[in-house]
Formats: sequence, structure tokens, C-alpha cells
Amino acid sequence: MIATLLALLIVIALAVGIAVPLGLVLGSVPAVRHATRAVIEFLRPIPSVALIPLAVVVLGIGPETKITLAVYAAVWPLLFNTIYALDELDPLLVETARVFGADRLRVLFFVALPSALPFVITGVRLAATTGLVVLISVELLVGGSGGIGEFIMVARSGAGRMDLVLAGTVVAGVIGYLLNEAFERAQRRWVGWSSVTGEAS
Amino acid sequence: MSGFLQRWGVFVVLVALWEAAARFAEDAYFPPPSRIAEAAAELWFSGTADTLFLTDVVFDHVVPSVQRLLIGWVIAGVVGVALGLALGRSERAMQYCGPLLTFMRSIPPPALVPVFLLIFTLGTQMQLATIVFGIVWPILLNTVDGARSVDRTKVETSAVFRVPRTQWIFGVVLPAAAPKIFAGLRVSLSLSLVLMVISELVGTDNGIGAQMLLAQREFEFPDMWAEIVLLGVLGYVFNTVLLAVEHRALAWQPKQEHAPTGTTTTPAAVATAGAK
Amino acid sequence: MTTMLEVADLGHTYQAKSGAHTAIDGLSFRVDAGELVCVVGPSGCGKSTLLRTISGLIRPTRGDVTLHGDAVRGVPEDLAVVFQDYSRSLFPWLSVQRNVEFPLKRTLKRAERRARAAEALDQVGLSGAGGKYPWQLSGGMQQRVAIARALAYRPALLLMDEPFASVDAQTRFELEDLLLKVKREHDTTVVVVTHDIDESVYLGDRVLVLTKSPASVVADLPVNLPAVRDQITTREAEEFVELRAEVARLLNVGKTEAITAKRRSDEAQAAKWVAAERAANRERADREAVAD
Repeated sequence: MIATLLALLIVIALAVGIAVPLGLVLGSVPAVRHATRAVIEFLRPIPSVALIPLAVVVLGIGPETKITLAVYAAVWPLLFNTIYALDELDPLLVETARVFGADRLRVLFFVALPSALPFVITGVRLAATTGLVVLISVELLVGGSGGIGEFIMVARSGAGRMDLVLAGTVVAGVIGYLLNEAFERAQRRWVGWSSVTGEAS
Repeated sequence: MSGFLQRWGVFVVLVALWEAAARFAEDAYFPPPSRIAEAAAELWFSGTADTLFLTDVVFDHVVPSVQRLLIGWVIAGVVGVALGLALGRSERAMQYCGPLLTFMRSIPPPALVPVFLLIFTLGTQMQLATIVFGIVWPILLNTVDGARSVDRTKVETSAVFRVPRTQWIFGVVLPAAAPKIFAGLRVSLSLSLVLMVISELVGTDNGIGAQMLLAQREFEFPDMWAEIVLLGVLGYVFNTVLLAVEHRALAWQPKQEHAPTGTTTTPAAVATAGAK
Repeated sequence: MTTMLEVADLGHTYQAKSGAHTAIDGLSFRVDAGELVCVVGPSGCGKSTLLRTISGLIRPTRGDVTLHGDAVRGVPEDLAVVFQDYSRSLFPWLSVQRNVEFPLKRTLKRAERRARAAEALDQVGLSGAGGKYPWQLSGGMQQRVAIARALAYRPALLLMDEPFASVDAQTRFELEDLLLKVKREHDTTVVVVTHDIDESVYLGDRVLVLTKSPASVVADLPVNLPAVRDQITTREAEEFVELRAEVARLLNVGKTEAITAKRRSDEAQAAKWVAAERAANRERADREAVAD
């Protein structure tokens, strides 16, 4: 269980590190976005679990496999939410800031980023739950790196212990639930001024 | 038109770069795209004319996979929408079921695969159960949300004109919830692809996932890559078709909410992206 | 004249966790068939509650509502409501034509429905717009659609809840004249709830003035203006100006002395109050009327 949570933290950190800067670039430079759209639209629908066999042969069965795959999956919601956040930026806000003499950099830091924050937090929440799903899938299917998924799979294949399997599943559910709840609280608390709550799922 | 060229131009250039790099590196794990295409052609399109050149592999593995996915998706859609409408329009039912629903949808669906493996043993039943149980939540919760969003004025308008129950459900609640329902359906569709693959990776010998595993074990990396590409194409096609259906079904929505910015940046697409 | 609507000693109290709130109390009045009665009262005085109890949407905690002789329990068969918020009362997923047909599905065949809807749209001057969606129309046109929908239903009683409060002044005049026109042509019985004093006098055959919450009837004023009215000349008529001032004064009495007004079973007492406060309130009343 610790193995899963630790991996999840790493996944979230990596996903934020990759997706937010990328999202900011794609969101603010339309040319880049147009140019990469086809690539993104092609990469996105590939289910991360489809990459499991590839990742296993390339990276082995250590934790880096599940982390890599989970990051791949977690990057998407965060990326799209960041891009979308910049799309939603109210031009009136920017103009107001400009009128008061703010330059481009100031506009980015004091107007664009704060107004993008609710979307980004929603993105992080989605990324976290997505990452958890992928982590557990990989643990289930590949094993070798510990975690809840492996625990469940061992309980099943060893003695067919339904009780342990269910226990593991419930623990996974609790983690997922707490994760969601924690992010929703954080969102209400830090960006309570925003009406954006993200998607229902 | 120039936008189209720009988009696919970059795509083609990237594929070409990949080709060059892969040929240069000569890494067994990363075959060049041309080899992958060859493998795909060999795998699926080397049949005889009377089967439209499709091979047995297509009928034995690809078709059953897609069937399971679509059947599971339709079942989850019907169950999720029906239950969601009922729950969404009943305060009390939601009070009882709300916490349970929130917990159920928090369980990462793959974690349920072993449970269903124990209940159903292997085979289509277990795979369908995994898919349906895993993807029904986004549809259900979105439908509940949508059904609850019917505003008071519409409730009262319907009451004043004494519309019959069927007209109330199908003429008011369902259309009002439709945008949310479609968002849920789209999330579920990409999730169903994930669950289809997972359920096929755990020890069946049938389906795209199983084929992919087989290719990996036999070190047929171009085949494995071809399966990955196939899954990507399937995901893309399903999403595109559903978007087109949604666009027609929700044509009544004011245009500014349905800005033609393509498929990647609408909020609903954000939800899709959140699926996996 | 036969009585279409009778409201007797109507009262409604909302029960909430924070305590009970009495929205209307001891309301009594009647509306004859073919009459247009305006109910005017200060904002938040319980006008909406009154309208909802009449239409059977909520059950009053005391008193009775009778529509053409039948006690109202639940929404009556032949009653239509036009709500203030047209953007919500119209169904965005239905075309204008289908919005108008919406309440007819229960009773009429397809062809009949179509004819009825087309006729109603024609009456509100929207004969060409049936194929459009509501959001493609301006606010005033959307409210016309809502009126057409109510007309197509052929109700015995048409209730209107602040029907023109969400449109601009010019459109409001047009819609007021439209309402008067269809009312004359169909001899419909109409009850309009409004907070606009001028509107109540301009539209009404009678004006009912309510007190502040909990609402009761402070005065029942007949409007002796000709049936055909005109936005400019009617509003200049002496009778109009006097009535308007009278209503404004009554509303102010309701505001300053709600308790007295509530016990206005004795009309004379209210009248005395009016006389006493007249001078002091005159200026305020006029300002109020303008602000409204």
C-alpha cells in the first residue's frame, strides 16, 4: 500500500512538471497547438494499459514501469485542463491589467496563472485518480513492484482468497475516495472564489 | 484547409523522423513505422477476397474485442442512464445512495478484475462484468447531475401543463440531462477500451489484449506495436463517431457553447481525457 | 358576469429549519370571467406564493381557491402560466413550434397540434419563426413564444408571473399591447402579477394592491379606462395618472404600516391612514413610482 501511494506521489509530481509547462505553451501559442493537434489526438486515445507489454520489455518489471505508464496516462487530463484554462481566460481581465500598466510577464503571473489555477487543480485531481488506476492495473498485471494491485493478484492466484481480494479492492477504493475528497476540499478552500469545479467525473 | 495540412503535415514529418531514427538506431524494441505497417498488413489484411482481405485474426480476435467493448458500453449506458434519471429526480433515493455511489466510483476499476475473475472465472462473462461495472459510474453520476439540473421553472411549467409522466421523463428530464450524459458516455467509452485490454491481458487467449501479450512473449515487436496502434485507432474512431452523434443530438444548444474549436479543447473533451 | 376565480381567506406559511415564514395571509378576492386583474405588491411580498397556490403548484396552508366552481387541488386542467424567466420556461431543445405544441401532446393529435400552434404563433406575430430555436430569438420574442404556448392551450384562466419584467422598456410596451389585444380577441380571463405600478394600471380592468409580506389585499381598485388602450394617450389620461398615484400611495401604506394594512377588513381605517400619510408620502410615492 505504501508502495502504491509513494509511486502515486511521484507520478503526480512528474505529471505536473511535464503537463503544466507544456499546457501553458500549447495554450498560449496557437501555432504550436495547431501543429501538434494531430499528434496529440493520435496519442491520446492509446490506452496506457496497451503500452504495458512495451514498457515491460523496455523497462523491466520494476517500479519505473508503472510510474512511467501512470505518468503517461496522468499527463493528458492535466494538459487539456491547462490548455483549456488559458482558453477561458477572460480578455477583459487581461485588458484591465494592461490598462493599469502591467507588462506581458506580469499579466502571465498575476492574471493568467491565478485564473488558470482552478482548472489546473481539477486537472491534478483527475491526474491523481487516473494515475492510481494505471498504477493498480500495472501492479495487477505485471507484479514485481509491490503495491495493492500485486497484493490483490497474489491473494487471488495463490489460494483464491476472496476475502483478501475484496479487502484489497476496498482499500483501493478508500484511497481513491480520500484522494478525490482531499482535492475537492483543497479546491474549495484555496480557489473557493471560482465557480469552476471541473467535470462531474 | 491550410489548418488541415498544417496538422497532418507535422504528423507526417514526425512519423518520418521516427522512421529515420528507428532505422538508424536499429533497436529491436522500437521498429520503424514501416515495419509496423507491414506487420499490421500481415496480421489483418492478408486475407482472401471473399472476406474483403481481412484475416481470421480479425474475426477471431479484433471483432470479439470490439463486440465486448460495445456491448459492455451499451449495457452500462442503458443501466447508468435509467438509474441516473431515477436517482437524480428523487431527493430521498439520492440521500440513501449518494455516499455509496461516491465510494463505488472511487474504486479503481482494474482492481475489480480479480474479484470478477473469482466470481465468473475466465471468459466473456467476466470481461463484460469488468467493463460494465468499471464504466457505469461516470455515466450514472453524470446522469444524476444532469437530471438534477432541471431548473424549477421547467419543473413548474411541466406541472402547470400537466404533462404525462412519459413526456416529463423523455421530453424534459432526458434532454435537459443530455449534455451531461454525453460527457459521461465519452468518458466511459475510453475507459471501456482500457478495461477491455486489461481484462484480456489477464490470461485469456482471445482478443486484442491477448494477442498483444502473445506478440510480446514471442518477441514479435512489430506485431506488438501494430496492436498498440490498432488500439489508438479504435479509440480515435470511437471518440470521433460519438462526438459526431453528440453534435447532432445536441444541435439545439446555443452555438457559443459549442464553439467549433475541434475536439481537443472543449470541456467535455477534458472529461474524456480524464478517463484514463 | 360569472365568477371565474375565487380566492377565500387564503394563507400560506413556509416551514423551514430557521422558523416559519408566512408569505400570504388572509387573502380574499374574486375574478370574473373575461376580466384582466393585475395584482401589484412590493417586491418579495408573496406574489409568487399567491400565484403558485392559485395554480395548484403548492397547497395553501389555509383558505380555498376555486376555479369556475371547482376547488383547486393540484394543478387544474385548464390553467396556463406565463413565467417571468422565459429563458427557463421555454425548452431549449425544442423548436419554437414544438415548444408551443408541448402542452398539447396529451390531448391533441399531431395535425391538430400543429394547426393550433401555428395559429397561436400567428397571434403573437411570430408566424415565420416556428422552426427556430428559442435562443435564436430576442428576449421579447421568447416571451411571445411563452404567451403563444399558453394561448394554444386555451386555458380558462391565464396566470402571468411578472411576465414583462425581464425585457427592455420598448419591448415591454409592445408585449403589454399584445396581451391586451389577445385578451380582447379571446375574452380570456387573465391574472397578472407585477410589481410595476404603471403596468398594473395600464393592463388591468381591476388592480389588486397587496401589502408587504405576509401579503393581504389592501385595496381593490376598478380601472375605468376604455378597453382599447394606447401607450401614449392612455398614460396621459387623468384617470390613469390618478390611479397610478393612488396605487403608489397604497403600496407605501403597506410598507410603513403593514399591521394596519393587514387588518384592513375595515377599509375605512386604511383610507384614514391614506389620508393621514398622504402629504408626507407624496414625494416618496412619486419617486417610488419612477424608480419602479
